[in-house]
Amino acid sequence: MIIGLDVGGTHTDVVLLGQEGLVRQNKVSTNPADLFTTVLSGLEKITDGIDPQCIKRVVLSTTLATNRIVQQRMPDVGMIISAGPGMDPELFRTGPHYHVVSGGIDHRGREIAAVDADEVLKVADTLEQKGIRYVGVVSKFSVRNPVHELAIQEALGERFEKVFLGHRIAGALNFPRRIATTFLNASVYPIHKEFFEAVVNSLAQKGLNLPIRILKPDGGNMRFDASIDHPAQTVLSGPAASVMGTVAFAPQSDTCLAMDIGGTTTDMAVLVNGVPLLDPMGIKIGEHKTLIRSLDTISIGVGGDSVVRVVDGQIHIGPDRLGVAMAYGGPVPTPTDAMFILGVGEGGDLEKSREGIQALADELGIDVETAAQQIYDKACQTILDEAGAMVERINAKPVYTVHELWEGSRLQPRHIMVLGGPAPWFAKGLERLGDCPVEVVPRWKVANAIGAGLARTTCDVTLFADTEREIATAPEESFTKTIPSSYSKADATAMALDLLRKKAIARGANADHLELEVVEAMEFNMVRGFFTSGKNIRVMAQVKPGLIHGYDPIAEKIMGDHFV
Amino acid sequence: MLRARNKTGLVFFPAFDWAISPTHPEREERLLYTQDQVFEEGILDIEGIIEYKPDLVTKKDVQRVHFCVPDLWAVMTESHFISAGGAKTIAMAVMDKQVDCGFALVRPPGHHANRVVHGARGFCNVNIEAIMIEYIRKAYGVNRVAIVDTDCHHGDGTQDIYWHDPDTLFISIHQDGRTLYPGSGFLSEMGGPNAVGSTINIPLPPNTSEDGILHVIREAVLPILEDFKPEIIVNSAGQDNHYSDPITNMNFSAQGYAELTTLLKPDIAVLEGGYAIEGALPYVNAGIILAMAGMDYSHLKEPDYNPERIRQSPEVNRWVEKVCKKVLENWYKRRQLGEMARGDNRFIERDRKIFYDTDNIYERQHETLRVCEACGGALRIDSEAQERKHILAIHIPRNACQDCHDQGLAWYEEADADAYDKVYLQDRAADVMKEKVKPA
Ligand SMILES: [Zn+2]
Ligand SMILES: [Zn+2]
Ligand SMILES: [Zn+2]
Repeated sequence: MIIGLDVGGTHTDVVLLGQEGLVRQNKVSTNPADLFTTVLSGLEKITDGIDPQCIKRVVLSTTLATNRIVQQRMPDVGMIISAGPGMDPELFRTGPHYHVVSGGIDHRGREIAAVDADEVLKVADTLEQKGIRYVGVVSKFSVRNPVHELAIQEALGERFEKVFLGHRIAGALNFPRRIATTFLNASVYPIHKEFFEAVVNSLAQKGLNLPIRILKPDGGNMRFDASIDHPAQTVLSGPAASVMGTVAFAPQSDTCLAMDIGGTTTDMAVLVNGVPLLDPMGIKIGEHKTLIRSLDTISIGVGGDSVVRVVDGQIHIGPDRLGVAMAYGGPVPTPTDAMFILGVGEGGDLEKSREGIQALADELGIDVETAAQQIYDKACQTILDEAGAMVERINAKPVYTVHELWEGSRLQPRHIMVLGGPAPWFAKGLERLGDCPVEVVPRWKVANAIGAGLARTTCDVTLFADTEREIATAPEESFTKTIPSSYSKADATAMALDLLRKKAIARGANADHLELEVVEAMEFNMVRGFFTSGKNIRVMAQVKPGLIHGYDPIAEKIMGDHFV
Repeated sequence: MLRARNKTGLVFFPAFDWAISPTHPEREERLLYTQDQVFEEGILDIEGIIEYKPDLVTKKDVQRVHFCVPDLWAVMTESHFISAGGAKTIAMAVMDKQVDCGFALVRPPGHHANRVVHGARGFCNVNIEAIMIEYIRKAYGVNRVAIVDTDCHHGDGTQDIYWHDPDTLFISIHQDGRTLYPGSGFLSEMGGPNAVGSTINIPLPPNTSEDGILHVIREAVLPILEDFKPEIIVNSAGQDNHYSDPITNMNFSAQGYAELTTLLKPDIAVLEGGYAIEGALPYVNAGIILAMAGMDYSHLKEPDYNPERIRQSPEVNRWVEKVCKKVLENWYKRRQLGEMARGDNRFIERDRKIFYDTDNIYERQHETLRVCEACGGALRIDSEAQERKHILAIHIPRNACQDCHDQGLAWYEEADADAYDKVYLQDRAADVMKEKVKPA
């Protein structure tokens, strides 16, 4: 059996899935100040009376680290940066313990200036004197050649509890993001480690030895212990859980929009042939632009509990939430209240809703039903407009080859799938105002936790080969190999897929059912004078985001038991 | 968060899957390291630097500038539609005020492409700057445009297209034509009889370095621009003046290019040549982007940059100063020079031979210009490429006076379609292109 647990802002959803479908579902309140207790009580409740031996996997989606970053409750972290020529590295300063040292690597991974070990040792002394325990080391173009980061790490020796190296966090180029991401990893490391140990120990004490995994923002997961070296990858996986919750039910040969409509926000993503689109760059956390891969999602401040106001004779919805709808005892009118009046929603105290919406109607000089209709339409229209803007933005992304520009077809979503608490109520309005059919995801209230539970283990590999230098490297994997000058793009692709397979299995993927794909494979002749001196080859491969093998019967059962 | 002082648009189109031939200097790899450097420096993450996806140009956009022989499809590849489209995209973003300025890092380049195109010259098939400029003239009503070509080669194609246009100031700074392709661009080339002075050539001796090129910008280019008062400034930003460029002999640097950009303040820059694809382009392009955005570029240097080693000699100093003086002198005398060139003629004719080095084509042109003080003048070009097509091209300028318009139409009407493979009318006043084909 599988457990999926998704920590949301208000509620934490937990599901237990078995061959018979959805076996149990639970909601516990989220205590933002103590997520550990929240997670633990969720797990205890769902496993109550179940033999732990039967539980094959537990996937947690938490925003623990994000909260820490947003609240800026982070420990002091030392950063050692080697930049060489280019932008002034001071521009990327992460805080007071940021030290720029000598050394330079160029775009092909060649050394252009050496690292000075004595200089690094002086920095290490300073950091140690300040009581710093966690250090990030980043050099420019380290993903082309990590020797300087490794040399600095060696000079640091055993003097710090944990040293994070930039080239291990992502294969993509972007020095400022590599600095920010390395900094975040070092910063959230102690809290993530503490959380990890607390969860594992507490469960063990109760005799629950659960195989725990953590959901990542790219919609995949990794083993809990593997996350210790990549703690920042556990941030912001909430939207990914929602998207994965729709994957099992999305059309396999069409483009569709997934929308998780919650109390405060609506999170959206695009699925092409059942596979969610990834953000080409990396997630943004607070002020930090990172290299952490994520699904391409947007979050807008419209949900069932958004505050509805009249400003200058116009209805405004959100982006804030002050509590539940008035129908449930909340302080201000919300779209949920409007839907009750229109008879779209159900439950709660209709009189309270009417009271709240009436005040707005008076301000607008219209009757309460009209006001409710306008609020409902406005909320649905805003969601549709933002979805349209997202699709526009994806279609406007730059491309770098003739082929892509010429052949690149435009995305045109033809289905909308909604989930989240108020999903069925919004679905009717979205269908009426939009131009495509809207479906409610089965088990819409806990589909996010189901998605987390069924998500695959994902990872990616970037391989870079230079036949002039006779070297192939995948720095993120600490892989370097001498290659012959006859090495080809096909060789590089095979090598990248091999590395990817090993990495995925180490992170907990099922070796028998790996869906690998080559995202990019480019080969350039390097010409010096007028002669070809070698080839410059770049290959990126990934595990396709998706659901674990064998989920189909479970999904079918879930779809079958018409809870809707 | 890092923020650009000037909002800057970028189109990055490295055309990773297109080249003339595998070992050609203008090939797939050309912008690879530039892209690596720009990506690694995180330049696209700077707030206020906006990357656009290139639009394609239309057939009409191209026909506003060129007479393509035998037709547009024979001279344009997909890459040309995109690279000219990239320049157009940037120009639109600037004109729509989405950004303050913009840089199209696209390939293939275009500044050796003339008005009549039988094939490729100097790796160029169509003139991407001219296509862009004529588009914004049509769409946004821009009239006075200045083009400053800082490519190491003479921008002979752009010069040809604007030779008779008094509203387009074309300034080309380049290595002296006696020492480098295409062998033109001398001080005496100052524009056609109706537009004397609007073409300015500033030939510099081999081994000119930062001091010389920046001196030219400060002492000649900026005062002339001030005087001409263009509505927009376009920089044909070729980067082959670099000290490490394999096909030229100049000594310019990344810092120099960035400084030049800061001084010139172009509204739109379009990448032209530059073939030191590893040692120069990554640093030069990053420098130009930062300079356009109004950001610090003082840390951006080539790894082997040594200003002492490339410093120019006193002889070069003297040459540069002399050239600048002469250029200014000509500029201030341009009206008298124009009157002298026109004399009492009603029409002025010239014969030219044009060699297409990339495609090995010889073209002969016989040109007839209506002398006019009110507009650029109606233009008639009889063009024949050896063992290829023979065409007649008639151009009516954008701001044509009634007489020139009538003259252009008359030339087209009376042209004997039998005598040519094709007769073209490029009526810019009406923004139409017409063709008469030899009867079968
Ligand atoms: Zn030039
Ligand atoms: Zn050039
Ligand atoms: Zn005229």
